[in-house]
Amino acid sequence: MTDTIDTSLSIPKNTSEIVHQGLKKRYAAEKRFRRYGVVAVCVALLGLVVLFSSILTKGYTAFYQTNIQLDITFDESVIDPKGTRKTKDLSSADYAALLKKAMRTQFPEVKTRRDKKKLYNLVSSTAVFALRAKTMADPSIIGQTHSLWLTASDDVDMLIKGHIPRELPENERRISNKEISWVDQLIEAGSLEKQFNRQFFSAGDSREPEAAGIKGAIIGSFYTLLVTLLLTFPTSVAAAIYLEEFAPKNRWTAMIEVNINNLAAVPSIVFGLLGLAIFLNVMHLPRSAPIVGGLVLALMTLPTIIIASRAALKSVPPSIRAAALGLGATRMQTVFHHVLPLAMPGIMTGTIIGMAQALGETAPLLMIGMVAFIVDVPGGPTDPSTVLPVQIFLWADAPERAFVERTSAAILVLLGFLVSMNALAIFLRKKFERHW
Amino acid sequence: MNTIFIILALVAFSIPAIVSYRWRHSIRLVANPKVELFVRVLLILSSLIAVITTVGIVLSLLFESIRFFNLVSPLEFLTSTVWSPQTALRGDQVGGSGVFGSLPLLAGTMLISAIAMTVAVPVGLFAAIYLAEYATPRFRNWAKPALEILAGVPTVVYGFFAALTVAPILRETGTVLGLDIASESALAAGSVMGIMIIPFVSSLSDDVIRAVPRSLRDASLGLGATQSETIRQVVLPAALPGIVSAVLLAASRAIGETMIVVMAAGLAAKLTANPLEAVTTVTVQIVTLLVGDQEFDSAKTLAAFALGLLLFCVTLTLNFIAFKVVQRYREQYD
Amino acid sequence: MLAQQQIDPSTPTMGQNQQMSIHLENNLKVKVSDVAVYYGDKQALFGIDLDIYKNQVTALIGPSGCGKSTFLRCINRMNDTIESCRVTGSIEIDGVNISDRSVDVVELRSRIGIVFQKANPFPKSIYDNVSYGPRIHGLAKDRQHLDHIVESSLERAGLWKEVSDRLDEPGTGLSGGQQQRLCIARTIAVGPDVILMDEPCSALDPIATAKIEELMDELRQNFTIIIVTHSMQQAARVSQKTAFFHLGKLVECGETEQIFTNPQDSRTQDYITGRIG
Repeated sequence: MTDTIDTSLSIPKNTSEIVHQGLKKRYAAEKRFRRYGVVAVCVALLGLVVLFSSILTKGYTAFYQTNIQLDITFDESVIDPKGTRKTKDLSSADYAALLKKAMRTQFPEVKTRRDKKKLYNLVSSTAVFALRAKTMADPSIIGQTHSLWLTASDDVDMLIKGHIPRELPENERRISNKEISWVDQLIEAGSLEKQFNRQFFSAGDSREPEAAGIKGAIIGSFYTLLVTLLLTFPTSVAAAIYLEEFAPKNRWTAMIEVNINNLAAVPSIVFGLLGLAIFLNVMHLPRSAPIVGGLVLALMTLPTIIIASRAALKSVPPSIRAAALGLGATRMQTVFHHVLPLAMPGIMTGTIIGMAQALGETAPLLMIGMVAFIVDVPGGPTDPSTVLPVQIFLWADAPERAFVERTSAAILVLLGFLVSMNALAIFLRKKFERHW
Repeated sequence: MNTIFIILALVAFSIPAIVSYRWRHSIRLVANPKVELFVRVLLILSSLIAVITTVGIVLSLLFESIRFFNLVSPLEFLTSTVWSPQTALRGDQVGGSGVFGSLPLLAGTMLISAIAMTVAVPVGLFAAIYLAEYATPRFRNWAKPALEILAGVPTVVYGFFAALTVAPILRETGTVLGLDIASESALAAGSVMGIMIIPFVSSLSDDVIRAVPRSLRDASLGLGATQSETIRQVVLPAALPGIVSAVLLAASRAIGETMIVVMAAGLAAKLTANPLEAVTTVTVQIVTLLVGDQEFDSAKTLAAFALGLLLFCVTLTLNFIAFKVVQRYREQYD
Repeated sequence: MLAQQQIDPSTPTMGQNQQMSIHLENNLKVKVSDVAVYYGDKQALFGIDLDIYKNQVTALIGPSGCGKSTFLRCINRMNDTIESCRVTGSIEIDGVNISDRSVDVVELRSRIGIVFQKANPFPKSIYDNVSYGPRIHGLAKDRQHLDHIVESSLERAGLWKEVSDRLDEPGTGLSGGQQQRLCIARTIAVGPDVILMDEPCSALDPIATAKIEELMDELRQNFTIIIVTHSMQQAARVSQKTAFFHLGKLVECGETEQIFTNPQDSRTQDYITGRIG
C-alpha cells in the first residue's frame, strides 16, 4: 500500500516558494495577535489607573475642611448661671446660644427669623460639642472671649470646595444666594478658611458629614485584626508544621489538604453566615464586636496563612533537617530549632498578606452586625464597633454630597494601610530572601 | 473583659521573645518526651481546625436550611420564578408567607458573573499571553505586580467605584445613545467585577503558560512557525487545562462576590437577560435579609441560609472541578 | 577548492588530503565564515569557518560545552529565541547570507529543519504532530494531499509501519526512539533542504539509535544533514565529514575517515584517543 505513494510528489519540493507567498498574511496575523496582548494589558492597567485616580480626585479634598472663625464669648449667664462649675451643669448648658450670639454679632444686618436660622446653619450643628468640650476641659474660660475656628456646615464646605457650583440656578443648589453672600463676607474678613481636617482622624462616625471621622473605624479595625492575628497565626503555623513536617502521607492528610484548599475559595459571605449561626446564635457572643469579627476573619485567613507557611517550610532544604537529625536531634527539635526559624520570614510575609486581606474584608462583617451606626471609639474588642471597610460601605450609602469625599478619603486611608502592609511584606521577602 | 483581653494579647506577643531568649542563652536543649508529645497533639489539633471550620459551615448552613425548608417547600425554592421575601413580614395577610423562588436570583447572579467573565477572560488571558511570551523582562517585572494590585483592592472599594463612578457614566452614555440604562444596571456591577477578577485569570494562566516546556516552543519555532502560531497551536492547547481551571476559579470568585453587587446591583428580583436592567443576586439577598433586625424563626431570615447553602454548593463544585483539572495537568508535566 | 579546512591559526597546515572532486564545489550548501556567538558578555564561539556539502552527513563532535550545539542552532537561527544571544559573522545557504535582511526567519526554518536532543512531540495526535508544519505553512492543497504528506513523511522516517493504524493516538505515548523518529518525520514533512540534528540519539537505547542512524543514511539521499554528537563511534558510522570543536573553536574539519585515522591536530588526536573530553 505504501509503495503506491510517490514520495517525491507528496513532500513539497517548492516549500520555500509556498512559504514565501504566505508570509505577508502570517506576519499580519502575528502583529494582530501581539496587538491583542498589548490592548489587554493596557485595558487592565487602565482599569487600575482609572480606579485609583477617580478615588484620589474624589477623596483628596476631604483632608481639608472649611472652618469659620468666630469670636465666642463664654458668657457665664448662659453656661453656668448658678456659678456651680459642676460637670453636670456645664455639660447640659445651651452652647448653641453662644454660637448664635457670635454669628449675630458678626452679621448684625440679618434680622428675620428665617434668615437668622439660615445664618446659624453656616456653622456645623456639631460645633456646639466643640464649645462644650473646650469649656469642660478648662472651666476658667468662662467669662472670656476667644476667637475660635469652628467647623462649617457641609453645604458651606461643598460650596468652598466647588462641589456645589456657584453657576447653578439658585433653586437647584442646596445653598441660597444670601448664604453665599455671607460666606463671601466671611472669606473677605479672613474668617473662613480651609484647614487640615483633624476631625476626620480624631472623631468617630457622625450623621453630619463635616463631623464624621474614621478614628472609631480604625480602632475597630485594629482590635479586629489583633484578635484575628492572635487566633490565626499560632494555629495556622502549627497546622502548617504538622502537615509539612510530621503528617504521614495518607488519605486522612490528603483530605485535610483538599479541605484547606477548598476553604480558601469559599465565598467570604459564607464565613459571615457561619459567624452569625454559631458565634452569635449558639455561643451568644456580643453582636457588632471586634472579637466576633476577629474570630470570623481568623477562620477566613487560616487557609491563606497555612498555604503560605507550608510553602515557606517546604523551601527550607532537606539538608538542614538531615544535619540536625544526624546530630541526634528529635524531629520536634529539628523543626523548632532549625526549620521554623529559617522559614519565619516567609511565614511572616504570608501572614501580613493574610492580614491585609482581612483588613479589606467587608461582607462577613455585615452578617455579624458590625454595620451599626456607632459614634463612640471602641475601648476594646468586646465594645460595639465598626471597621474601616464597613465604614466605607455605610458612608457610600449616605445621601449627602459631602459623604462622597469622606468615603473616598476613607478608601484612601484604607488603601494606604494596605499598601504599607504589602510594602512591608515585600521588604521582608527581599531582605530575608535566601538562595539555597 | 477588655482588660483581660489586652493582658492576654501582651502575653501572646511576649512568648516569641521569651522562647528566642531561652534558645539563645540556655546551655541545655535536651528534648523532653512529654513536652514533645504535648506539642505534637497541639499541632494535630491546629491542623484539624480547618476541617472543623468546614464542618461548622456545612452544619450551620444545613441546620438553618432545614428549618427553612420546613416552612417553604424545597420545590418552590428551586423552581419558582418569583422572589418576594418581604411579604413574609406581614404575617397577618392572606397568603402572607412570602414567595421564595431562587431562580431569579440565580439568573441575576449568572448574568452579572457572565458580564464579569466576558471582561475578565479575554483581557486576563491575552494579558497573560503577552506577559509570558512577548513582554521584555523589565516590563513584565512591573506589569505583573501592577495587575495583581487589582486583586488586592478591597471589594468595597470596587463597589464604591461601580456605584459612584461607572454606573453614572454608563447611564449618561445610555442617555446620549438613546438607551435606557438603569442606574443599578447589571452592566455596571458586572464590568467592575470583571476588572477585579482579571488578575485571577491572568496570574494562574501566566503560570501555566510559562510552565509549558521550552522544548515544545523550540519544536514549533524550529519548524518555521511564527510566535503567534506557536502560542495558538502549541502553547495554549498544552496549557489549556490550567487555563480552564483559572477561569473556573475566577467564575467561582465572581459568583460569591458580595460587596460590589450589594453596592452597585439592584434589590428587586427580576428574571431578565438584559444587562442594562437592574438585577439582584444571591449574595445581595443574603445581605439584605440578614442586615438589620432579625427574628430567627421567620422564613425571611432562614432563607438567607438556604441561599448561603446554594452558594456554597455552587462555588464548591466549581472549585473542586478546577482543582481536579489542575491536578491532572500537573501530573502531565511532572 | 578545499573540502576540508583547518581553521586553527596556530597550525596553518593546509593542502593535505585534498582529494575532493570538482563537483563538490557546486554541491556547497552551507558556507560558514568567521561566526562568533556571545551570550551576554561571554563568548561561546570563536571565528568558525566551515563548508557543508549537499547529500552528506556532517558530524560535529567535541567535548560537552565546546559550542557545537550553539553552532548548530545558528544555522537556522534558533539562537534568535534566546534573549541574550548575539551572533556575528556570516552563514550562507546556497549563497545567501541567512542574517541578511531579505531572509525571513520563518522561511529559513522551513528550509532548514531541526531535531532536538530530547524528543519533543507536541501533546497531540501523531497525525497532528506531522501535519503541523505543512499546515502552518499552507503546503497542502487539500486534505488528501495532507494525508499524503503525513504518510510519506512517516514512511521516510521509518515509522509508518509502526504507527499507521494509530495515527490518532497521542505522539507522547510512543517509545523514546519512536518519538524521536516522529520528530524527524515532523521535520521532513515541511520539505526542508537541510536537517539539523542535535544529539538525536543521546537519550535512546542502542537499538533505537541504530534505527535512527540507518535512517540518516537513507535521508542523506535527499537532504543535507548536520548532526551534533558526543559519540565518536556514531560520527564514524554515519558521517562523511567530521568537524571537531574544542573550547568554542573549530579545531579541525575533514573527511570522517581521515579525522579518525589521521588527525592533523594534537587536540583532535587527544580527544579521539580519549585523553580529553
